[in-house]
Order: sequence, then structure tokens, then C-alpha cells
Amino acid sequence: MEPISGIPAIVAMALKNLGIFTLVILVVAYATYAERRVSAFIQDRRGPNRVGPFGLLQPIADGIKNILKEETLPGTASRFFFILAPILVLVPSLVTFAVIPIAAPLPTRWGVVDMIIADVPIGILYVLAFSSLAVYGVVLGGWASNNKYAFLGGLRASAQMVSYEVALGLSLIAVLMLAGNVTLTEMVWQQQQLGMWFAFPLSLAFILFVISAFAETNRLPFDMPEAESELVTGYHTEYSAMKFSAFMISEFGHMVTASALMATIFLGGWDLPGTWDNAFWYNGQLISGFAENGTPIAAQPAVWKTLLTFGGFAAKTGFFLLVYIWIRWTLPRFRYDQVMALGWKVMLPTSLGYVMLVAMTILVLDELGVQYGFLFGLVLTAVSGAATLSFMFFLDRGRTIAGAGAQRTQKVEVKTTPTAVVSGRAEPAPAGD
Amino acid sequence: MATILFYLFAGLAIGGAIGVVMSKSPIGSLLFMVTALGAMAGTFVLLEAHFLAAIQIIVYAGAIMVLFLFVIMLLNLGHDYQKDLKGGAFAVLSFGVIGGIAGLMAQQLGSTGLEDGPGGAAIDAAMAEHGAVGAIATELYTTYVVPFEITGILLLVAIVGALVLAKREV
Repeated sequence: MEPISGIPAIVAMALKNLGIFTLVILVVAYATYAERRVSAFIQDRRGPNRVGPFGLLQPIADGIKNILKEETLPGTASRFFFILAPILVLVPSLVTFAVIPIAAPLPTRWGVVDMIIADVPIGILYVLAFSSLAVYGVVLGGWASNNKYAFLGGLRASAQMVSYEVALGLSLIAVLMLAGNVTLTEMVWQQQQLGMWFAFPLSLAFILFVISAFAETNRLPFDMPEAESELVTGYHTEYSAMKFSAFMISEFGHMVTASALMATIFLGGWDLPGTWDNAFWYNGQLISGFAENGTPIAAQPAVWKTLLTFGGFAAKTGFFLLVYIWIRWTLPRFRYDQVMALGWKVMLPTSLGYVMLVAMTILVLDELGVQYGFLFGLVLTAVSGAATLSFMFFLDRGRTIAGAGAQRTQKVEVKTTPTAVVSGRAEPAPAGD
Repeated sequence: MATILFYLFAGLAIGGAIGVVMSKSPIGSLLFMVTALGAMAGTFVLLEAHFLAAIQIIVYAGAIMVLFLFVIMLLNLGHDYQKDLKGGAFAVLSFGVIGGIAGLMAQQLGSTGLEDGPGGAAIDAAMAEHGAVGAIATELYTTYVVPFEITGILLLVAIVGALVLAKREV
């Protein structure tokens, strides 16, 4: 099969642009609905259930409400930057989706269409570049509002996002070493070749990436920039109506993009178990793998394969979105110093050490002549599993594994000493740290 | 198409650079600088130097300029600095000097014949073999590994030095 070219390619590109971005906006809208429904489920409430069946039209009603509401502009705000900030925050969160492959290549009458908007040669670096620009909107929004809560939120956002970008980038280095390239299509292909998804051979990188992605998207337990109980709502305190909505859309847009990225990098993207769906452009040919003697085997793209793999991609992305929401309604917010300590004293050294560990393992395996394949993956899985377990054990400090009862400081001892009886009150039990 | 994009990015870069020195507010200057850096990255993409473009955005626009923003906001300059801003004759003079230097450079570049260099085909071959990042990494870690390592040590020394200076008061 030949890749699509000429006029049909331009039409296909326009359709993909339109389709994928519409889809992302739709998923963002329904992620807000899902968040409210899941939080209601977790807290034993009903959630929005009045607009349409099961409240399914709620996001549309919210959208109309936000457009029709009055826009406010604080008198002391810097007008230009105040209006610029929501734009700067919205764009990076959505354009990142352009480099994520969403399904197996689709065969058409005019040629094979890649299900990705732009397969840029720098792949993941494009994502990092745009996610590093996202901080401007947040910081400018906080600064332009001329409100101390908003300003503090903006400063916290920039400190947090810059700190966790380091750990995010370092956890990706392990992935790049195993995949051997930076484009996301090639990452999916390498996972198909390895016979397992990178979440297993690079389990610690997976955990570090998920934690950093939570911090980068400013979601609980890392929502320091908009900590409601301390900063009203942080950097978007002064925003109303559609400008506020732009901040919310960008937050959920970041969530959707981060979920899709985690699914692509660590859970194989659109790859489904088995080798039937493997497809990759190799020297201008769509191949599904290599025979024993190294000759490429041509892939057989089909419409049903594209649809099925898109379903797989959607399921994986949806899973991570659910995890985002689930964690938000389960964990309390960190203190600011805890966020910084975790970022610089735990995440950074761990990811640096892990990069060296993975590099050494890959080097040893290469020297031993182990082919890139299932055995290669199994050895890496064992090494990474050991690293992950020790990392968890270190972070856990005996809390989940041994239980709170094992902690001396958390045992509540009932004191019945005579002094307590005389003074009429018992000493309060020492609180756990 | 590429020509239109080149003039777009070139205009943005020059406009942004002029904005940096003309803007009255430091935050405005900073955003103009980010615009100029972004436009430069766009030019790099047109030259098929994708890696350089990505690094330009990640390192300069995404990290260093964010730190600048951080510092400007924490200093909170107010409006005291505005009387120090010089306009009129100084602006004309500085633009004249910069314009002269740029003209001389353009004249020199025009006569050296840079277009005869190896460039093009060799770079395309390397990119086809190793990918956009691999093509640079191969050179960086084989031919130029010693200068690369020395630069790394230099940066490490700078970090340690900055830490020592910052911690001295404590």
C-alpha cells in the first residue's frame, strides 16, 4: 500500500485536523461531566442529572451559560495581559494532541492515511516544548489580575511546573533509550516489536511520569496554584465567564493530552495485544514486522483494524482520565514545601538513578547479544520491578505495606497514670507525622 | 509556502526584537523576547533543524524566560524605572549602529559563499539513518564528545558557584 498523496492528502489532512480537535474538545467537555458524576459517586451524591438523560447535556448548558455571562475586567488589572493570558493557556494544551497517533493507519481508495495530525520528526520534544510554554498563561493570568491571591497562585504554578518538568524529562529519557527514537509513532512500533508495553520494562519511569504529569497539569494532589482553601482559586480568581472557561478547558485539555501521552508512551498507544495490528512506515513501505532473515513483512491495513485500535486507544486514555478524577477525590492536597521536596529531593535523584540503571541494563543486554524482543523486555521488567519496589518501599516508609499499626508514633496509648486522673484530663496522644 | 512562512517568521523575529527594546513594561519586553525566540524556532523548522527548534523552545522560551518572568514579578519594579528610559536621539543612534553592523555582516556573508558547504545531502543522509535527534547525538557523542563533556563540567561549576553565592548569607 502506498501512502496517500496529492489533493486527497490535503483533504485527509483537513479532515483529520477538524475531526481530532473536535473530538478533543468534546472529550474535554465530557471530562468535566465525568468528573462531576464520578465525584458524586465517590461522595455518595447524585451529581448533575437534570439536563438531558443522566444529565448528559450538562456540559452544553454550562457552555451556553459561560458564553452568556458578563465578562468582568478588574479596574487595576493590566488589560492587555489579562485578556492574553487565557489565550496563552488554551493553545498549548490543545496543539499538543497533534503528534499523538490515535489509531492504526487507515486504508482508503487513494492510499493509506496515518491516523495522526503531524508525525513531526521530533515527536515527544514537540510535546515538551509546548507544555513548557503552558506556564506563561498561568503566570501572566496571576500577575495581570493584580490580586495577591492570583499572583501567589501564578508564582506557585511557575515554580511547580518548572520543578516537575525536570523529573518529567528525565523519566522520558529511559523511554527514549529503549525506543531509540523520539517520534511517538516509532514508540508505538517499538512497543509492538518488544512484545510488551513500556509500562512493564520501564515501570519506575511510568510511575515517575504519572506523578510529574499530575504536577504539570496542576491536578490534585498538586493543585497548589489554585488551592481553594488558601488562595480562593489562585491564578484565575479574577476571571469570569468565557475567560474562566478557557482556563478550565485548558486544565481538562492538559488532562486529556497527558492521559493520551501516558497511554501512548507506556501502554502501547493504539496497540492491542497480538501482532495482527502492527503497522509502521519502513523505507516507504507499511510493514507489520520482520521475518527471521530480516526481510520486512508487508502490513495489511483494514478499516476494522483502524476502528478497533482507535477503541483501544480511547479505552486507555479514558482509563487515565478516570485515574485523574479518582485521585482528585481520594487524596488531600500537599503542602507547598512537600511539593517542592518531593520534586527536587525525591523525583529528581530517583529519575537520574533510574536513567543510569536502565542504561546499564540495556548496555549489558546488548553486550550479551540479546536481541530486542520479549526476553530483552523480561530482563528489563525484572530490573525495573526491583527498582520500583525499593522506590515504593522508600516512599511508603512502612505505612501501606506494614500498616499504620506498625508505626510506633501512630499507636494511641491510653494512659491511666495517677497524674492524668488528678488533673482531670488525659495527655493527647501524639499525632502521627 | 516556505517563502511566505520565512518572511512571516523573519518579520515576527525582527518585530519581537524591536519590541524587546521599545516596550515600556518589563513583562511586555519579556513576551516580545519569547515571540522572537519562537519565531527563530519557526525559522529553524523551515531549515529542517527540528531538534534545534525544539531545544530553542524548551530551553530558552520554556525555562530561561520563565525564570526571567519569575524574577521580574518577584522584584515587582513598580513604575520608578520609567524615568530612566531614554528615547529620541538615543534610539536613533542605537538603531543606526546596529543597522550598520548588520549591514556589514550581511555583506561579509554574501561574499563567503556559505552555500557551497557540505550541508544539505550529508545532513539528509544522517537524518534518514538516525532520525532528527540521533543525527545530532551521534556527532555530539563521538566526534565532539570532549568539548561536550567540558561544557558540561563548566555548567556544573557555574551551578556550584551560584549555590555558594546564594548560600553565603545564610
